[in-house]
Amino acid sequence: MTTSSLPVDPSPATAATARPSLGARLRGRQNQNLWFWVFVGPFVLGLIIFIYIPIIWSIYLSFFESYNTVTPTKFVGAGNYLDMLRDESFRSSLGTFIGFALFIVPTTFALSLLTAILVARTRVMQAFFRSVFFLPTACSYVVAALIWKMSIFAGVRSGAANAMLGLFGADSIPWLSLTKPPWYWLVIVSARLWLQVGFYMILFLAALQRISPTLYEAAAIDGASGWQSFRYITLPQLRPTSAAVLLLLLINAFQAFDEFYNILASFGTYPPYARPPLVYLYYVALGQGQDFGHGSAGAVILTLVIALAAVVFNRFFSFRGED
Amino acid sequence: MAIVDNSRGAKVGAALRYSALIVAALLFLMPFYLLLRNALMSESDLGSPKWHWLPPTWEWGNFSAIFHDPALPMTRSLLNSIAISVFQTAGVLVISGLAGYGLARIPYRWSNAVFYLITATLLIPAAVTFVPSFVLVSSLGWISTLRGLIIPGLFQALATFLFRQFFLSFPKEIEEAAFLDGLGYWGTFWRVVVPNSFGFAAAIGTITFIGSWNAFLWPLVIGRDQTTWTVQIALSTFLTAQSVNLSQLFAAALVAIAPLLLMFLFLQRWIVEGVERTGMGGD
Repeated sequence: MTTSSLPVDPSPATAATARPSLGARLRGRQNQNLWFWVFVGPFVLGLIIFIYIPIIWSIYLSFFESYNTVTPTKFVGAGNYLDMLRDESFRSSLGTFIGFALFIVPTTFALSLLTAILVARTRVMQAFFRSVFFLPTACSYVVAALIWKMSIFAGVRSGAANAMLGLFGADSIPWLSLTKPPWYWLVIVSARLWLQVGFYMILFLAALQRISPTLYEAAAIDGASGWQSFRYITLPQLRPTSAAVLLLLLINAFQAFDEFYNILASFGTYPPYARPPLVYLYYVALGQGQDFGHGSAGAVILTLVIALAAVVFNRFFSFRGED
Repeated sequence: MAIVDNSRGAKVGAALRYSALIVAALLFLMPFYLLLRNALMSESDLGSPKWHWLPPTWEWGNFSAIFHDPALPMTRSLLNSIAISVFQTAGVLVISGLAGYGLARIPYRWSNAVFYLITATLLIPAAVTFVPSFVLVSSLGWISTLRGLIIPGLFQALATFLFRQFFLSFPKEIEEAAFLDGLGYWGTFWRVVVPNSFGFAAAIGTITFIGSWNAFLWPLVIGRDQTTWTVQIALSTFLTAQSVNLSQLFAAALVAIAPLLLMFLFLQRWIVEGVERTGMGGD
């Protein structure tokens, strides 16, 4: 992969003997190895210390009973793993993720593709529309959660959604404190959609601009309808981008934490519903108990789940690509 | 798309398209409008059941109040956020830039093995490593320190990967000329490659800065002490504890996103490129 090398050296031996300058010495094998580590070493060292060692340490901890300590002594074998798999809350957090992902992944995908297509076909004010949809990317989940929880979906009449309902004479809805019907899902998914759609729209816009206009011209000459050129030109041309976007959306949904925590947690406690895996793990490992053993076992299980999902996803997509 | 169509159907289509875009744009701008309106309202107007499109009284005092509220460490958390984001952005650019160049241009027997060691970490979702990383950082004694907030975030495999891809496509002739002039790898990198990579570095840099400024989980886990809160943690603490002057909280939120809104106004080109690069990985 990295066979390209610098410099292109006609005759290293003669150059080194005739004129042993700094440049010539740098071409020596030893020095090249040295220079490689001067450039790459700091990064690799940091990666080992802050990624590899923690992961290995965590796998080690997952086999021990370790409350509030990182040097545990009581080996419990697969006990932590079995506990987590038997844990009703952990399993239901996986169920929460699946339900959440089944909604948010296709919805974000469809809306960002739709906005990209609409913006791409716009001549007047294209830059304005693009900026407006992209602007929420500047917003953090915390700020979005504040606006959603305290202003749009505030449970009182002063909240924007309830003020709107009031115009139609309807009663105020306590959006977040009600579990039946679970309106809090509307609050959570709409916040995430607002934050994410612009980001993926940018990816789709870039991909749309790479499609050669001659393809559409040829299709138009052949009498293809708008839908046909979308179905048989746009969609196939967007395939690599679509696959990347879907995988990113899936992984991001799996890692959802910020908006759930900021919208639903209050006074250090989290309700027993709408609790995705990462939020549950946060309370297990870093809550009052500091249960690193179970927390680590949970993290390992989650990593395996997401890795498996990514592999299945890739298989599915490359399999479909062969049609 | 490239074909000009002036038929009646096309005009109706364009009208529908613009209507849809305008409605969507209003919906997308609405949260910003609410943020701005709420930040300028008085506490009592904000809580009143009567709807106000504009603040009945403009409370500019909210902005000075948040910097004088002893319970809300606004100045300190803003300074923390600035320090963390600036150091992380600069650090990622230098560390990943060097590593990307080394991987792309310096022949070394184990280069591929090192490359796989780096890309393997791309497959591990960053968020599930927070438990192990917390364990490590706490045993280093870095909880509630800026060190603990900054240093673990300096090693971004994706940035290194993207820099490597970028340097592989860098025109080799320029570097060869510099090399023949006796600059060596170090000199070639800093005096020839870096000055020609500002656009790419700006794209990676803006995206890193935004990610760093908006980060939540890691600062929540590490910045336990009030003196190490970032601005996101300060906001979140008051949001989840519900014991605060609400209009001042909105004013604080507006201050918290102001730096990024300015970036979006003036550096949008680089941010868009950064999104395209990081979003698509190396595809």
